[in-house]
Amino acid sequence: MLSKRLIVCLDVRSGRLAKSVKFVDTKDIGNPVEKARQYYEDGIDELVFYDITASRENREIMLEFVEKVAAQIFIPFSVGGGVRSVEDATRLRMAGAEKVNINTAAVKRRELISEIAYAIGSQSTILSMDVRRIGKTRDIPSGYEIVINDGVTPTGIDALQWAKSGEETGAGELVVNSIDMDGTRKGYELKLTRMIADAVGIPVIASGGAGSPEHLYEAFAEGHADGAIVASILHYGEYTCQQLKEYLYNRGIKMRMRY
Amino acid sequence: MFTIVNYDAGNIRSVQRACSEIGVQSVATGDPAAIINAERVVFPGVGAAPSAMDYMRRTGLDIALRQAFQNGVPVLGICLGAQIVLGSSEEGNQTCLGIVPGKVLRFRLRDRLHKIPHMGWNEVKVVQPHPLLEGIKEGDEFYFVHSFYPQPAEGANIFAVSEYESPFPSALGCRNLFATQFHPEKSGRLGLQLLERFARWDGVIPDKSVEEGG
Repeated sequence: MLSKRLIVCLDVRSGRLAKSVKFVDTKDIGNPVEKARQYYEDGIDELVFYDITASRENREIMLEFVEKVAAQIFIPFSVGGGVRSVEDATRLRMAGAEKVNINTAAVKRRELISEIAYAIGSQSTILSMDVRRIGKTRDIPSGYEIVINDGVTPTGIDALQWAKSGEETGAGELVVNSIDMDGTRKGYELKLTRMIADAVGIPVIASGGAGSPEHLYEAFAEGHADGAIVASILHYGEYTCQQLKEYLYNRGIKMRMRY
Repeated sequence: MFTIVNYDAGNIRSVQRACSEIGVQSVATGDPAAIINAERVVFPGVGAAPSAMDYMRRTGLDIALRQAFQNGVPVLGICLGAQIVLGSSEEGNQTCLGIVPGKVLRFRLRDRLHKIPHMGWNEVKVVQPHPLLEGIKEGDEFYFVHSFYPQPAEGANIFAVSEYESPFPSALGCRNLFATQFHPEKSGRLGLQLLERFARWDGVIPDKSVEEGG
């Protein structure tokens, strides 16, 4: 069987590493290429880099950065932040990203998902969704709404519907990021993750809220996630990849243990 | 020197980067003559069988690859490259290269436990010794991303299997050709080691009976 994936997220600002809390404060915490190489050697299963500036001027810096990472790590990594067009996605893919995350731009124009999937393949097209819990309404029957622009703008789109339509349109994987839990270190939004993971036939990655090894266990065992994204729990040296994986393995979660 | 078949199908540069990491020179080319005269050929690929086969036929790369194989050049197929060496594919009912007898099949199940694509790390279990699989231990995992898998007609051509909806062949071989459904260039240290072994491989699968006899 497939192993569950432990994925580390690195927020990148102008080629430097930053860690954001609730999408507001950002702190510079070092050289992301070195950090990526270290996680690779420590046995992380996958990495995701978010360009948190996502400005047009930053585009070339990000591509150079992706090239540097690709020369250093020989496991899959994805890139997101500011992907607005087929060209953006194709260039990131060509620079060495295994997968590309689209988010806000797909909400603004949903054909973008199928266009990118056609250009670089469904398996490389990740639909990343920022979700806020709002309670059930007539328009949002799941009780979870898609928000955009780094979590500030509500869209009136139901998260479950959006996940299903993302799959139909050609996304090969979904990242479900809870804005409510992001940066809190209180655990993933399990109900949301499970609802989506059980409703689609493509892999679902839990994101937002990891603060302990137990939270990862919950994401897999209760949230039915195929992978889980962590950040600060590793960045600040609280745990190593090996420790997290051993914990999960010892609790019966299938993890890649030899690297 | 690895000569990488460039047929407009994806992960050429990631293979080249992995070559740099292990100190092996590589060149990517779409020139049929360069493939025939290569020291070693890597035949990678991500994408769909019909468009890949169409491109190869138009450019004469199909004939070149068969010729290189017949001349005894060591060939390493990766992912789509491990599929289209077979006779045909369910993907678009496509006739393929026919170097190894067999078919490319689609995973049937698609549910909560069997997401498609089969994407991520999975165990590769060696079922027959092969120089390129030396040193791989029980529990060693490699990176996969695919919705179709190769099914050689003869068990003799299957060297490793992995488990998804059911066991499926994840490494196959025929004389001087070896091919993996997983991506050695994306499988960390264990994958790089497989590429290193390919750089040393003479294209011969030692006869098991001779080996066992001393």
